[in-house]
Amino acid sequence: MSETRRRDPRKEWIARNRLHPRHLEALTELGRRAGQGAVSAWLGPHGLMRKNPRAVGFMGPNGVKRIDRSGVQQGAGGGGATKSIAQSKPLVEIASPAFLVAVVPDMPGGRLSQHDRDLLGLARRLADAAPDARGAVLAVVFGGYARQGEGELKEHGFGEAGVDRLLTLDDTRYDGVAPEARRGALLAVDDAWAPRHWLLPDSKLGGADLGRRLAVRLGERPATGVWQVMAAPDAPLGWQCTARGAAATLDIQRPLPRITLALEECAEPADDERHAAQALSLPQALPSPISRIEDLGQVAVDPAGVALAEAEFILSAGNGVTDWEGFHVAAETLGATEGASRVAVDDGFMSRDRQVGATGTWVTARVYVAVGISGAIQHLQGIQSCDKVVAINMDPGCDMIKRADLAVIGDSAEVLGALMARVKQQREEKRDAA
Amino acid sequence: MQPETDIDASLEITVLVSVGRHPITGRARRADQDARAVELARGVSGAEVRLLHAGGQAAESEAALRDYLGMGFDALTLVEQPEGADVLGALAEAFDASPAQLVIGGERAEQGEGSGLLPYLLAERLGWPVVSGLAAVEGVEDGVATLLQALPRGQRRRLRVRLPAIVTVDGAAPAPRQSAYGPARRGHLNAVVGSVTRDEEWVSWATQPARKRPKRLKVVKAASARDRFKAAAAKAEGGGGQVLTEVSAEEGAEAILALLKAEGVLR
Repeated sequence: MSETRRRDPRKEWIARNRLHPRHLEALTELGRRAGQGAVSAWLGPHGLMRKNPRAVGFMGPNGVKRIDRSGVQQGAGGGGATKSIAQSKPLVEIASPAFLVAVVPDMPGGRLSQHDRDLLGLARRLADAAPDARGAVLAVVFGGYARQGEGELKEHGFGEAGVDRLLTLDDTRYDGVAPEARRGALLAVDDAWAPRHWLLPDSKLGGADLGRRLAVRLGERPATGVWQVMAAPDAPLGWQCTARGAAATLDIQRPLPRITLALEECAEPADDERHAAQALSLPQALPSPISRIEDLGQVAVDPAGVALAEAEFILSAGNGVTDWEGFHVAAETLGATEGASRVAVDDGFMSRDRQVGATGTWVTARVYVAVGISGAIQHLQGIQSCDKVVAINMDPGCDMIKRADLAVIGDSAEVLGALMARVKQQREEKRDAA
Repeated sequence: MQPETDIDASLEITVLVSVGRHPITGRARRADQDARAVELARGVSGAEVRLLHAGGQAAESEAALRDYLGMGFDALTLVEQPEGADVLGALAEAFDASPAQLVIGGERAEQGEGSGLLPYLLAERLGWPVVSGLAAVEGVEDGVATLLQALPRGQRRRLRVRLPAIVTVDGAAPAPRQSAYGPARRGHLNAVVGSVTRDEEWVSWATQPARKRPKRLKVVKAASARDRFKAAAAKAEGGGGQVLTEVSAEEGAEAILALLKAEGVLR
């Protein structure tokens, strides 16, 4: 085999000639792609780098040549760019950590909330304080979302959020409100690994309750409502914290104790590195505790009575809805809180307090179904913090379709009718089975 | 031995009340959550409600405590404690002396540390279960209470707990009734001397009026100017959403139903 690089001038000529019938063929043989133009730099026959300055850049959407010097878009289309950035974060593995920082996120709906991410950011700060003796962040996650009717565990970004070790406890005994069983599991974690810090969210979703139970059982005096943590070499654990006290009217400065219940925005979420999120399991099985609190399940509440700002599931109507009776029936069948766009409110079909958007209510729903809403920018602002957006619309080019996670192009009355029929059918099947 | 029916006939509820602080004027008042706890206890049928407070007997706090008396009580037991004392021991002694079946309190105090730990510490000390964030007490039968717990997003969950137990109320509990002036003046504050434990740790901490928390800035961590520009001029983009065009209404409904089920919002 010869080491000499051989050129095929005829093939190069065909590759330069876009009108040649074998142009595409020649391009693929030379390892270039169609539509990308010529290669701007290549190794010449004598080992010299040759450059073609005219081939740099790409044609923009308006026919103007654009040059992207970030290096992101070279060799790939625009779509894959963000993905490659996420994957290009350096992977950090902490094989033998100096200590552990345990975090118990709330995981509403099976995902890390913003509060949880802030908490993991704080945990990373505590763990990475000494570069030569880094600690590891252990996340204790209670699974079983599918059984509780909250869907399954959907979070896959534990590593990006800064988790080194992940302990998933999936057992029926932790389902629903089971603070005593959960505390038992955390005590077992404390026995097994003795984390230096325990961090829990001071939130109504369960973290506040669980953290206080754990602290009382461990005999520690926790810091509650912590919103700031600073390094303090003379403190027992090397940290000083500022906590809210007296119904958020007092700032208490105290050394950081072992158990911390932190507020939202207590630290910046970690996003520079990718961590291993290595799965752990408890060394021994837990004895099933006798729970004195029995959970009888969630109670059906009237969705119309739930404030729009805190509703979990919203069915929202806009200008595209013509069958208003059918819309109200659909909201009732699905058990959704009703919302509306400004047009629907102005036209008198819905009351003013149901308006979603910049001039109405900023909603935080987990699922937002927009029926016949084209998606004005003011409306899209109002649904910024919704997890999943479903759009039912006739116009495939509207802004709401771009925002939506699932869009169905079709007549809203028909789609809602079919959806209601299916929900009713499933409920009946369930009733028959039970 | 007493027959069991006598015990069940009247349920003894003790409400832990504290002196609150008005968020704007800073004056002593009845604490909002404790007043809700009193209202909740008043709503339980066939219950004998007692008020218990551990703290000082200054003129200002007396006025606040009398506001609880104005909600329809003749007397309030006051376990005397100096300023800055840890009231846990004194309260536990009070419960040892006169047991209650259900203890209701607010979630956290409006003065002092306000950590919300007291119900948990007291429950641990007495060996009772503790339930937080109640919206209602639905009923008590045969020493088992059925409770309605308030969850975020306006949801409710029904729990059953064996008495004796300690429960705390949520902001979703019924709003407290107005305090009547006459009964408030006529009621008695029965002072009892309790053992005193100093809270040494609390004294060593520095406190100051709450500072406004800095607003989080949206910092874009971007490697290049192009990324920063894109982040600054971000418009709603197709974030990999699934678009179903030219499908029948049934197929569309099927896809939506699958998403609703995966998210678990259908009940």
